[in-house]
Amino acid sequence: MSFHEEPAPVDKGFFTTGVKILVVLMVTGVSFGLYRMGFSLASTTNLNDQYPWGMWIGVDVASGVALAAGGFTTAFLAHIFHREHYHAILRPALLTAMLGYTFVGIGLMFDLGRWYNIWHPSLPMMWQGNSVLFEVGMCVMVYLTVLYIEFIPVATERFIGRVNLPGILSVLNNPIDEFLRLLDNTFGKIMFLFVIAGVVLSCLHQSSLGTLMVIAPYKVHPLYWSLLSPLFFLSSAIAVGYPMVIFESMIASKSFGRKPEMHILTPLAKFTPILLGIYIVLKIGDMIYRGTYVYLFEGSIQSWMFWIEFGLLTVVPFLMLLSSQVRSSAGWLFAAATMYIFGVLLNRCAVFFIAYKPPFAEKVYFPAIGELALTIGLIATLILIYRVFVTIFPILPAPAKEAVQE
Amino acid sequence: MGIDRRDFLRLLAGIGCYTVIGKSTDVWADIRTVGHGDILGVLVDTTFCVGCRTCEKACNQINKDLPRKLPESFEDSSVFEKRRRMTTDSYTVVNSYPGKKNRQQFVKFQCMHCNDPACVSACIVGALTKEDNGAVRYDPWKCIGCRYCMVACPFQVPAYEYSNAFTPQVRKCTFCFELRTSKGEMPACVEACPMEVMTFGKRKELIKIARKRIKRYPDRYVPHIYGEHELGGTSWLYLSSLPFEDIDFPKFGYTSTPGYTEPIQHAIFKNFIPPLTLFAVLGCFMWFLRPQDKKSEPLLREEGQEK
Ligand code: SF4
Ligand code: SF4
Ligand code: SF4
Repeated sequence: MSFHEEPAPVDKGFFTTGVKILVVLMVTGVSFGLYRMGFSLASTTNLNDQYPWGMWIGVDVASGVALAAGGFTTAFLAHIFHREHYHAILRPALLTAMLGYTFVGIGLMFDLGRWYNIWHPSLPMMWQGNSVLFEVGMCVMVYLTVLYIEFIPVATERFIGRVNLPGILSVLNNPIDEFLRLLDNTFGKIMFLFVIAGVVLSCLHQSSLGTLMVIAPYKVHPLYWSLLSPLFFLSSAIAVGYPMVIFESMIASKSFGRKPEMHILTPLAKFTPILLGIYIVLKIGDMIYRGTYVYLFEGSIQSWMFWIEFGLLTVVPFLMLLSSQVRSSAGWLFAAATMYIFGVLLNRCAVFFIAYKPPFAEKVYFPAIGELALTIGLIATLILIYRVFVTIFPILPAPAKEAVQE
Repeated sequence: MGIDRRDFLRLLAGIGCYTVIGKSTDVWADIRTVGHGDILGVLVDTTFCVGCRTCEKACNQINKDLPRKLPESFEDSSVFEKRRRMTTDSYTVVNSYPGKKNRQQFVKFQCMHCNDPACVSACIVGALTKEDNGAVRYDPWKCIGCRYCMVACPFQVPAYEYSNAFTPQVRKCTFCFELRTSKGEMPACVEACPMEVMTFGKRKELIKIARKRIKRYPDRYVPHIYGEHELGGTSWLYLSSLPFEDIDFPKFGYTSTPGYTEPIQHAIFKNFIPPLTLFAVLGCFMWFLRPQDKKSEPLLREEGQEK
């Protein structure tokens, strides 16, 4: 156990230039969000009867869920397969998943016309088992709860024995401490149940997210519509899990002025070509089987999209990651991971709105300024909160020089 | 040999689980919404339509929640310059297409009230329902405004009140369910039509009528009843003298679109067996692969805990 670093709260100044930029983006985005709440979807978005779903569903929801896959993929590796080596990345990945899914929920609220009814799917009288969206919604809701439960040990570890409320509130110190210990004890013993549940729920909703557009076979471009779509979504989400962890870890190291944790990331990157390979084989196999390769050179937006998203941002990083030189060089590894992350992002956007070709549309949908601003604002807020969390809680491994002294 | 406390508790827990899972499986069970038996429908014989827009007017008058329009506004024939689609304030529209012999061909359009409606299958909370008489209805109080129904509808029918900030609704033809068809009466638009373009009745009968017309006047019609088989069939059926693609009726297969998603959905969820199996398999992995040297240590507590 002694060779992996203990997670510890980061102690570094909070208000850097980067943080200031994020705050500006956040404020802009939130203003647009509030404007939408007060003055309707029409005032802020380019959605219409032909294009009922746009950027908020494609990016905030679908890509948000896909890119939070680091949570369950690392849990799978470190907890279920007990690869001790990777424990250091568990907590950052868990935090990203937790915040990621929270923001999926928040983002969705802005998109729902009657957002105050968001709890309706949980009422048994309104359960609708035929609806793919119902299943996605339920799984995401339960999974979010599981993620919060998985986070309990991190919170209790931080505060047990350190509850120190000021003034009159100090009488509560002991009871709160007791309560935290109780939480820690109870959940510590059954945590494995939640870990497994988290993986199962993730597999379910990641794939169902891919089933959503299967109901529109006459609207989605053939390059992006397939009965295997749930499998594509699942396998690509699994494949993007580790690249996402690598991406975040490197950005965190950079922004906190540490060295990238290559001793963990390089071996982690070894899984990606395999997982990504599975996705690529499925995708190409389906394409050959259904004969959709005829659309590859039709020159439409969708065919270009496919070349960029699949060719450039999926197959190329796959080939890059096959090489051990790429995997052990911080710069190249970062490049490959980033490429595939954008590949997944574009893929989700393609399925949900770029390849969506409704009949009777007068003009092609393009996100409005308000939509872009809110999406960017939400991402900025997420990063800020991540930063706050790693400052408060023991999430990131303590800097390497301390680990040496251990 | 009595039952001891531990067994009893275990039993209780078992029953609890069973009821929870048993109950919820009802919802996941294979209930298809396919319209069956004696559903009602309307046969629209577009060859008689003169484009007077009386049906549009009747629809506007009977649906009290639509913004009222002046009756005269429906006499305006300049609307035919542009192809219109149904909107939040009109559940039906008549469009003009270039017809035979330089004449205009008018076509009334509205929700098709599909036999296996994609919108109903898609709706996350069951705000859209298929009634026994064939009508597809909408309940704004359940709706969460996700607009998945609009993504799903192959005919691109539902319209959404995007400019309503607080209580937006999905809008589409109601088949005059409350005031008319639930009592077996014909929809307002059908009744109002001076040319008797539309025939209201049992869907089965309507198909017979349509067949007869095609047979008797082979020059008048293309030999196809649109809606008989398209996407599993629709309550509203169409006859036309022009190929249906020319009057904006998309070419569809016979499988309803929920016919693609629901089998996937139910395969993944059938009685929760696949998810529970996955759970069990992962549990086994976790147990058998556990590090042997620290068996006594609770799982997942390694990091930062054993200082
Ligand atoms: S036409 Fe569209 S809105 Fe009407 S029942 Fe069919 S799927 Fe639903
Ligand atoms: S917008 Fe309303 S009616 Fe349509 S699918 Fe969503 S909840 Fe159902
Ligand atoms: S059936 Fe009723 S709601 Fe539908 S178009 Fe006719 S009048 Fe309007």
